[in-house]
Amino acid sequence: MRKVWIIIRKEWSEVFKNRFVLFTVAFLPLILTAIPIVILYVMQSGGDLDAVGMADMPVDMGGLCAGMSGGECTQYFMVSQFMLLFMMIPLVIPVTIASYSIVGEKTTRTLEPLLATPISTLQLLAGKGLAAVIPAVLATWGGFGIFTLATRLLAAGPNIVARLGDLLWLLAIFVVGPLMSVAAVCVAVMVSSRVNDPRAAEQLSMLVIIPLLAVFFGRIAGYFMINERLILWTAGALVVINAGLLALAIQLFQRDTILTRWK
Amino acid sequence: MIVTENLTKHYGSVKAVEGLTLNIAPGEVFGFLGPNGAGKTTTVRMLCALIGITSGRASVAGCELGRQDQDVRHRTGILTEAPGLYDQISAERNLSLYAHLHDVEDIAGQVERYLRMLGLWDRRNEPVGTFSKGMRQKLAIARALVHEPKVLFLDEPTSALDPEAAHLVRSFIAGLKQEGRTIFMCTHNLDEADRLCDRIGIFRTRLLALDTPAALRRKLYGRTTVFHLLHAKSEWIQILQEVDGVHDARVVDNRVLVTLDDPEKQNPELVRKLVQSGADIQFVGELRRTLEDIYLQLVHSPED
Repeated sequence: MRKVWIIIRKEWSEVFKNRFVLFTVAFLPLILTAIPIVILYVMQSGGDLDAVGMADMPVDMGGLCAGMSGGECTQYFMVSQFMLLFMMIPLVIPVTIASYSIVGEKTTRTLEPLLATPISTLQLLAGKGLAAVIPAVLATWGGFGIFTLATRLLAAGPNIVARLGDLLWLLAIFVVGPLMSVAAVCVAVMVSSRVNDPRAAEQLSMLVIIPLLAVFFGRIAGYFMINERLILWTAGALVVINAGLLALAIQLFQRDTILTRWK
Repeated sequence: MIVTENLTKHYGSVKAVEGLTLNIAPGEVFGFLGPNGAGKTTTVRMLCALIGITSGRASVAGCELGRQDQDVRHRTGILTEAPGLYDQISAERNLSLYAHLHDVEDIAGQVERYLRMLGLWDRRNEPVGTFSKGMRQKLAIARALVHEPKVLFLDEPTSALDPEAAHLVRSFIAGLKQEGRTIFMCTHNLDEADRLCDRIGIFRTRLLALDTPAALRRKLYGRTTVFHLLHAKSEWIQILQEVDGVHDARVVDNRVLVTLDDPEKQNPELVRKLVQSGADIQFVGELRRTLEDIYLQLVHSPED
């Protein structure tokens, strides 16, 4: 574990000196946290939400808005959209860090001396993976914490604040988020093995957000609801997908492969 | 210290290394010469347990490749063709990172020792990205040594360095030789190999020749004595060729070149014969073949 931690610290020392990475890691969570807070605040202060009745809401919100007034349900409807925005943080940050970390090792030709040390492939991959996942997960959790606090202080009613502590949100932020980060890192490792430019790696790896965007737009279009069942299914599917992606990433991260085929 | 037996590496149908058999003694400095694409780097990577072997066997510092790869990595140090340093972090952190990964006990002490030894101590806190090529190469050598490996692999240690930096690195390698380290050095600099290496292997996918530089010269060309004469005459060739142990004699300008087995024994007789024949000898010397001559002859030999 000590060697994994050494790799993590090394990765952070290198990668966070890159302004683009630093900007992505710092700015993205800030903006994705600020946008929903501002929208909620505007809704609360500007509009007459009490005039909205439950009959004005989508039919499938009924289950999620049990015990709420029409105005509260409107606010909660908006809040639930933001959950998907938060889910972008654990996808985008690890892709950025991992792309620069792995392709960076290729372009500066630092991998060979590193692989010549007695570190195992698993330790190296774990170090690099965790160096990308940890900031993403912490940023997601931090953003969610700020959002919950701001919701309480600035905008929404107690019913809505209480809902942010529901199993639905806890699963999404604390389980699905980290699982998505792991998937993003695996994809970044695989893409990084085939390209020689960190930006190209990042752009290709960013394709992992397409499923999330599909859910986002599907939700807005009213095709389906985000509920506990969907989140649980997503978590289960991610566990299976991650197992496959991890196996593939480890396969690509073998010493022979890296030194002879990573061009 | 390094023993290989029919060591072979194939990439699909491409044969990178074929049946390499070597036995390198502790404290020996071994030069590994060959053209680009000959398989030198692949050999070094196999011997450092960086890549697997296709067939054959090898042990490095008493550890068998394929079975004790982690131990091999513990006991070897490698200077890769490119220094491969982390530019954003300081020289000291670069070294201490590797010292940690090699489980060095006195990390601070070892890092300081090698930074001082290589003249980098005063710039230890500066990011490596600000270093010159020579400084980067020195730091990469320090990295290869920080865990006190028993065997050191150097892949082109002075390539792309200016003469002064190359001289510094060569002096440092000579110092390591004095310490009794086993060094396996790939190089294109034949003069460097001639000066530093105890033995030399000339390699192109397989080993073409293996011996000390002097023995390689002898084996390939025999020993040649050069007689500088006031005026050389071709009839003296016949007289010289009659002497036992003389293989060849020829006239080039006013010089007579005689290839023979044992100059120390045969030269006095050759001098006598020439003087008796009326030759005016100005001086006598031995023709030294450069390692470059040997290298080019072996590498471009048609049967290889």
